Amino acid sequence: MNRSDPRGKAPRPGFVLDVDKSTPPILFHHGEQFRLEKLPAGRSRVIYPAEPLAGLDDPDEAIRQALLNPIDEDPLPALLWPGMKLTIAFDDLSLPLPSMRQPDVRQRIIEEVLDMAAAAAVDDVHLIAALALHRRMTEAELRHALGDRIYDAFAPQQALYNHDAEDPDGMVELGLTRHDEQVTMNRRAAESDLLVYVNLNIVSMDGGWKSTATGLSDYAGVRHHHNVATMQQSKSFMDRHCSELHHSNWRQGEVIKAHGPRIFQIETTINNNTFGYDGPLSVLQKREWEWSARDRATFIGMKNALDVTPSAARRKIFQAWQAPYELTSVQAGEVEAVHERTLQNVFEQHIVPVEGQTDVLTFGLPYICPYNVNSVMNPILVMCLGLGYFFNLYRGKPLVREGGVVIMSHPTPWEFHPVHHPSYIDFFEQVLADTTDPAEIEQRYEKQFAYDEWYIHLYRNSYAYHGVHPFYMWYWGAHALQWLGRVIVVGADPRSVRRLGFQPASTMQDALEMAADVVGPRPSITHFHNPPILMADVS
Amino acid sequence: MISEELNNKRIAVTGATGFLGTALVERLLRSAPDSELVLMVRPGRRGAQNRVDRDIFRNDAFDRIRHTFDSSDETFEQMCRRRVLAVSGDVGLDGLGLEPGGLAMLATCDVVIHSAATVSFDSALDDAVEINLLGPMRVAAAMRAAAAARTEPTRGGLKADEPAHLIAVSTCYVAGSRRGSAPEELIDESPFFVDAAWEAEVESARRVRVDAEQASRTPERLSELAKQARRSLGAAGGPALTDKVEQLRRQWVGEQLTDAGRARASSLGFPDAYAFTKALGERALIETRGDVPVSIVRPSIIESAFAEPSPGWIRGFRMAEPVIAAYARGLLKEFPGIPEGVIDIIPVDFVVATILAVAARGPELGDDETPKPDVVQIASGTANPLRYGELVDLVRSWFNDHPVYDEHNQPISVPEWSFPGRGRVVRQLGRARKSLDLGERVLHVLPLRGRQADLSADLEERKEQLERANGYVELYGAYAECEALYQLDRMYKLWDSLDESDQREFCMDPRVVDWQTYVQGVHLPSMVKQARLKMAPGAGSSESRSTRLRRQVLSPERRLAVFDLENTLIASNVVASYAWLATRRLNTTDRVSFTLKTLREAPALLSLDRQDRSDFLRYFYRRFEGAPVELMARDSREMLSDLLIAKSFPAGIRRVRQHRALGHKTLLITGALDFVVEPLRPLFDHMVTAEMTTTNGSYDGRLTAVPPTGEARYQTLVDFAEAHGLDLRQAVAYADSSSDLPMLEAVGFPVAVNAETKLASIARRRGWLVEHWQKSAGAPNRVLPIGPRARRSPAFDRRKAPA
Repeated sequence: MNRSDPRGKAPRPGFVLDVDKSTPPILFHHGEQFRLEKLPAGRSRVIYPAEPLAGLDDPDEAIRQALLNPIDEDPLPALLWPGMKLTIAFDDLSLPLPSMRQPDVRQRIIEEVLDMAAAAAVDDVHLIAALALHRRMTEAELRHALGDRIYDAFAPQQALYNHDAEDPDGMVELGLTRHDEQVTMNRRAAESDLLVYVNLNIVSMDGGWKSTATGLSDYAGVRHHHNVATMQQSKSFMDRHCSELHHSNWRQGEVIKAHGPRIFQIETTINNNTFGYDGPLSVLQKREWEWSARDRATFIGMKNALDVTPSAARRKIFQAWQAPYELTSVQAGEVEAVHERTLQNVFEQHIVPVEGQTDVLTFGLPYICPYNVNSVMNPILVMCLGLGYFFNLYRGKPLVREGGVVIMSHPTPWEFHPVHHPSYIDFFEQVLADTTDPAEIEQRYEKQFAYDEWYIHLYRNSYAYHGVHPFYMWYWGAHALQWLGRVIVVGADPRSVRRLGFQPASTMQDALEMAADVVGPRPSITHFHNPPILMADVS
Repeated sequence: MISEELNNKRIAVTGATGFLGTALVERLLRSAPDSELVLMVRPGRRGAQNRVDRDIFRNDAFDRIRHTFDSSDETFEQMCRRRVLAVSGDVGLDGLGLEPGGLAMLATCDVVIHSAATVSFDSALDDAVEINLLGPMRVAAAMRAAAAARTEPTRGGLKADEPAHLIAVSTCYVAGSRRGSAPEELIDESPFFVDAAWEAEVESARRVRVDAEQASRTPERLSELAKQARRSLGAAGGPALTDKVEQLRRQWVGEQLTDAGRARASSLGFPDAYAFTKALGERALIETRGDVPVSIVRPSIIESAFAEPSPGWIRGFRMAEPVIAAYARGLLKEFPGIPEGVIDIIPVDFVVATILAVAARGPELGDDETPKPDVVQIASGTANPLRYGELVDLVRSWFNDHPVYDEHNQPISVPEWSFPGRGRVVRQLGRARKSLDLGERVLHVLPLRGRQADLSADLEERKEQLERANGYVELYGAYAECEALYQLDRMYKLWDSLDESDQREFCMDPRVVDWQTYVQGVHLPSMVKQARLKMAPGAGSSESRSTRLRRQVLSPERRLAVFDLENTLIASNVVASYAWLATRRLNTTDRVSFTLKTLREAPALLSLDRQDRSDFLRYFYRRFEGAPVELMARDSREMLSDLLIAKSFPAGIRRVRQHRALGHKTLLITGALDFVVEPLRPLFDHMVTAEMTTTNGSYDGRLTAVPPTGEARYQTLVDFAEAHGLDLRQAVAYADSSSDLPMLEAVGFPVAVNAETKLASIARRRGWLVEHWQKSAGAPNRVLPIGPRARRSPAFDRRKAPA
């Protein structure tokens, strides 16, 4: 069945390794570099992700079948008729991570949808990158996600474009939820006869009503769940049924269902084949004690070569990596029913059962997060990736106990992409210099950045994240900030780390000693061996 | 009793804004509470009363007396109004430039203390002559005229035609550079006196001025000065350069006169023009005084206060301080002098006490019971000598314990002093200056910016300090090597005549000074404060200064913030944006040849740009001939991200926005083309750019007007401010190059951003805020500004603007 795995073996599930004296040094991602760390024997454990599940044998056929046999919804062709207004919205650049090799899942699906639309003689079709307040995708990025054929057919007619949440004529308000939350949507999408939403569900946070309620919304709509109180109530935001973030999106979904367009939701899952079964990076998804002599040599060679490569070139090398992800499932139809099926499929790949919490949780943060594709992972994104995404990849209770310590490994240079993250620079230089408390930041600064005309200009005309976006990055970590006793960053620029309100440490050894000040001597340690992605089911 | 005697008098003081004068005024107000004062000051722009309030009473000398009014019904200011009268006058002018009211005021005085002088070592000969030589004589003449015009008796009882008592402050060094005893006698009574007629010296000094002015205007001199101005300012434009030439010319004339003074003084055996003109001034006064009773008080080198008004009090940067400061900074390794030689310094309060004792005593009477000129010296060299070697040890050991910190927060260790001859030190300094000169010239021709350019400003500052130190060595060396012993017989006679309480209150006996306590406990601590030396590591004074300047710049009172674009907000220039636009639609081969061609042209373009910015822009913009207007606009929108924002200085952009948030108008004035900067419009309230004329929807490569650079930029700013009713004194301007000088000088708050070498040194010298703004670390780094190729761009092919 496992068509792509040259070993021809069934994929092994994720598991928890107890570190003993014979355990080799453990791999830590470290931005555009890696570290090998020896963890203390007898009190450390390492959580490994599952090996990649088998990909679908014929993805295109699977897609076709999903469109023809949707869940709780009529088949797609039945929803199409000549003269109708059809809008296809799709997930933006932030998914998947890293970008996948062509053809992208979005291209496969949209080509299939367009074929059906053509067959039904639908000629008013718009394609919209549902990027909410993210940066616009460039021509090259759109071409990568959708393929040249679609791009050349639609872009010239202005029928393929980026969602613009600040277009004064481009948004409509659909109503208020039962909690008085505003629901807004892209006008073209809202006024369509059918809105097809194409998802790439890389983690369990993605999809469901969040796709349309957030992806095609604006600041007025998003602020009801992208805020400190909501994020602190989302335990975790990766666990849809325990996430206030999702509850709010689902309430907005009720309004969309009542007053918005008919929605045909398509969700997809991919496997954990981030770094390939062979090739230079394949070692990154193997378990350290199973590394062959060749793996070892490749790894050491790669690490040494990276050491002498200038940081800009290193960034280019890593950003050029395209993952050979395989599609593991596709389901289409009614939003909520589809999403429940998707969650099962995501969890099948990601969930690793873990017993009990830990005093100290360690992460090796990789070079990429959802907001720095083809860009720079700035210190704010480091915080967001570590305390937002990694910390929240749990179900049940957090991996680390309340008052415990997180140790992250990332160089955290004081670097920002001036085009993509202009408001981040000011957030870092001005807001964080003043306070790191999420609630205070929200209360004192959010509106000023959100309504700033220059940021809006850059969001609309350049390739900049919206002025308010760095705030969301900070809120994403609000639950962790509340929970943790201390955050330590290893091997980082101490200036950036202190600005973030964390503590810098030059070695893992130092970091563990500093952690002991908070959680006591000989703490239990858990290393979260991610990526490839895993999600801890903590009991 | 001194205070009783003075209490019923009205006393005039000249030179009250000086070090000694301020101390005199303070002491009189405090210790003779019923006395009245008439302060004769140059009125300046603000008028005499204002100068007295600002330049005298705000000095910290008055803190002590001010305190005594805390619990009184009368405030210090009310007391001053009641007892002190300000009269405008200038001892450099015949008749003192007094108005009739001024003369009447002078007529009411019983005593006139003349302490006005030019003490600076490098004052021009003719200035020194007018003030030091002719000054005392003019004061005496005015006093005679005042006495003649007197209608009612003074407080002290002087009637009409009875001139007041003139106490002229001179200097011990009128004795000239010589060894041995220098008694308290009139100049011409000394056996060493060289008879130089003061009238001839006056005339000659005035002629030297005329000659130097003449010589400064020869074509050769002027062209040399023009060259110098261009070297220091670069392409700053006509008006700025002419200003600079004129400034350099005046400076040159000044130097000629300083040199002439020094030469003439040394030819007559004086250490410098100051001592020389003072000596002749004494003679002129005695010769022309008529019936004015005259007392001459000659202090040696006056230094910070021993006890009154407070220990260590000092005003201004005195003679020894620059030398000590240069030494503490490690700038001056050696200082000439003989270790066993005597360095004759006297605390200012001792001098004040002597003068007041003489004033209280009144004129000395001769055998015929008529007033007769007398001389009192106040110095320390004979009674309580401070050896030069001893002073050096005290200074050295104090700075060893209290080192000055350099800009890297490292303590500077002070060098061992080796007491070389003066020639060696001068040679040493000369060598250092030459190497700095060379370094500076090299740095000035390199295209440096920002922090590197600061290096050159550093070098320049160092050179200036060195030059100053050099000047002091030349001058002060003469004093340090001076081995005259100033006799104090009359001073002690005066001292002995005082009763016990006066002796306690008005100490003038130099024997009480313990030099170690005075130098280390009183003088140096106060001096380092005065000189603002950095005595502790940590944020230096320069740091706090830029913070302060930044606060001023971002104060809500400002009205307008004007920005240059290239290298001020964005690390790019017109060539880069042209290259980007031009290559965007070229294929690969054409791109390569385009790049090579541009690189070949680069040196010529660079040199044209240095000559004249407007010419360069006019020439360069021809290249846009035939470019379709609509295409340029569309490509410029893409260039916003790829070039402008990518190469922007985030701190600069933030500054623009801060100004806007504060309600200041923001204005961009740039030589860049309108369509290039159009996407930046939301950042500014207004933009003034270069514009080209168009034909049939294409640009024709000709500018519609002079591009706003250099003086044109200044004019643009002035016009804008006028049209919007904005006060340029409340404006902030940001620019990076000396060609922006006219604009920077026009506003109240200029800011040099990433300044190139010349501007960096100008900014440093004038104390402007300097900002170092950099591209964001993490910005895409491309060597050549080549536009990413537009791929089958549909919008382009269809010639249709995006919806």
